[in-house]
Amino acid sequence: MTPEQPSQRPTVISIRGLKKAFGEREILRGVDLDVHEAENVVVLGRSGTGKSVLIKILVGLLRPDAGEVVVLGQKVHQLSPKDLDALRRRVGFSFQSSALYDSMNVSENLSFPLTMNTKGLGAGEVRERVEDALEAVGLAGSRKQMPSELSGGQRKRIGIARTLILRPEIMLYDEPTAGLDPVTSSEINDLILQVQQNYHTASIIITHDLACAKSTGQRVAMLLDGEMLRVGSFAHVFESTDPRISAFYAYNFMQSEQT
Amino acid sequence: MPPRPAVITPGIDAFAISVHGGVMFLRRFFAEVLRPPYHFREMIKQCYEVGYKSLPLVTVTGFITGIVFTKQSRPSLAAFGATSWLPSLITIALVGSLAPLITSLICAGKLGSSIGAELGSMKVTEQIEAMEVSAINPFKYLVVTRTVATTLMVPALMLYCCFIGLVGSYLNVHGSEATSLAAFVKGGFSSIGFLDVGSSVAKCFVFGFTIGIIACYQGFNATSGTQGVGKAANRSVVLSMFVIFIEEVLIVQITLWMRGF
Repeated sequence: MTPEQPSQRPTVISIRGLKKAFGEREILRGVDLDVHEAENVVVLGRSGTGKSVLIKILVGLLRPDAGEVVVLGQKVHQLSPKDLDALRRRVGFSFQSSALYDSMNVSENLSFPLTMNTKGLGAGEVRERVEDALEAVGLAGSRKQMPSELSGGQRKRIGIARTLILRPEIMLYDEPTAGLDPVTSSEINDLILQVQQNYHTASIIITHDLACAKSTGQRVAMLLDGEMLRVGSFAHVFESTDPRISAFYAYNFMQSEQT
Repeated sequence: MPPRPAVITPGIDAFAISVHGGVMFLRRFFAEVLRPPYHFREMIKQCYEVGYKSLPLVTVTGFITGIVFTKQSRPSLAAFGATSWLPSLITIALVGSLAPLITSLICAGKLGSSIGAELGSMKVTEQIEAMEVSAINPFKYLVVTRTVATTLMVPALMLYCCFIGLVGSYLNVHGSEATSLAAFVKGGFSSIGFLDVGSSVAKCFVFGFTIGIIACYQGFNATSGTQGVGKAANRSVVLSMFVIFIEEVLIVQITLWMRGF
């Protein structure tokens, strides 16, 4: 029996005709994308092409100018604030800057979304969930550390752990390997795959790092000039003769040669 | 596409947009403040940060103001042989005007800059967005708690400043005129009424609210990285001091009108 293909599984994110402009600058010009259950989709593109805007629209941080976004069966921009919060509890968002709360230590950073969203949790249960999440990202001993004491890679891991604590069904990663050395980047890529396997999450990974795209994505979507130029496997996307896609590949290749 | 032309002038347009933003922020505050959840623990923490941690500064400034104002008033009263009016004069000045203004200006500097910078850096490092995507209302958790804390703590600090200023004044009066504590208290409190204390307390509720809401607005709307954080802190202080002076004039007019002047 052949394993079930991701495209045969139910769709958890559906984006149709998505448009977004900031002032006179059109960022997204009609984006279409589907993400299926337990599937990792990488959105590749140059800086400033609206990759982060795309995932911010998915969680209602930004409103689109046109188009439809359906996440876990709900039209995001028609939800009441209460329903939007309920949806956000099911979607994890890992920020490029990690966005850890500076005034809280690691343990408080993790327990904060949990205690604010779950009533009646005992201190013991909170501690257990924090320890589980820290163990999942391989930083079990860092409970008392402050964010300023952590390295870039550790901050990324804690940022991911903070989203995992609410046990999301979808993970959105914004540039998970940006600013990290190649070894730490590779560890973060492994972590993204572990999260997918252990938590059965569907993910969108926003990146311009080809190594990250190749190792984490079952499908790759190339976002250039506000549109999805090509969607498919990594090999399929880069088979394209479109000069914009080959230029992107060549640039990354040159960068990896230099480093 | 060519840039859209300004409706009036770019400067006036930007001012109108910022006023609109401020009004919407105020409206949101009043809509959120009475709606649960209330985040009492965070509110108490902020009251501690705002109130208790400002005590040393208010103590020093209040005490020095009491002594200096007494020393400077003495020669004028001595010229008429009226130094016995010193307790009365100092109490009226401290309770009616000096303590509310000193306390609120100190708080505008200390709290305005710290709240503006804290929220500003949270904004530019995406911490506020991180709260939103975790289904936590950052306006309620950050803005409402801090604004309520400044609104409650500035009047309390003002009353404390009055007390400390009067202590400073008494020590000076006692040293120079050998006035007893009983005579100082009697002289001081016979000259002020409920309306004096009440209007000062009411004034400080307004000043405290002004400091909190302006600092939160500036921090919450900070842009452009670290430079934006500095601007948010700076604008919080300058704007809240400016608004406090305008409010002072208006409240004094209202108090005089209530007294029938």
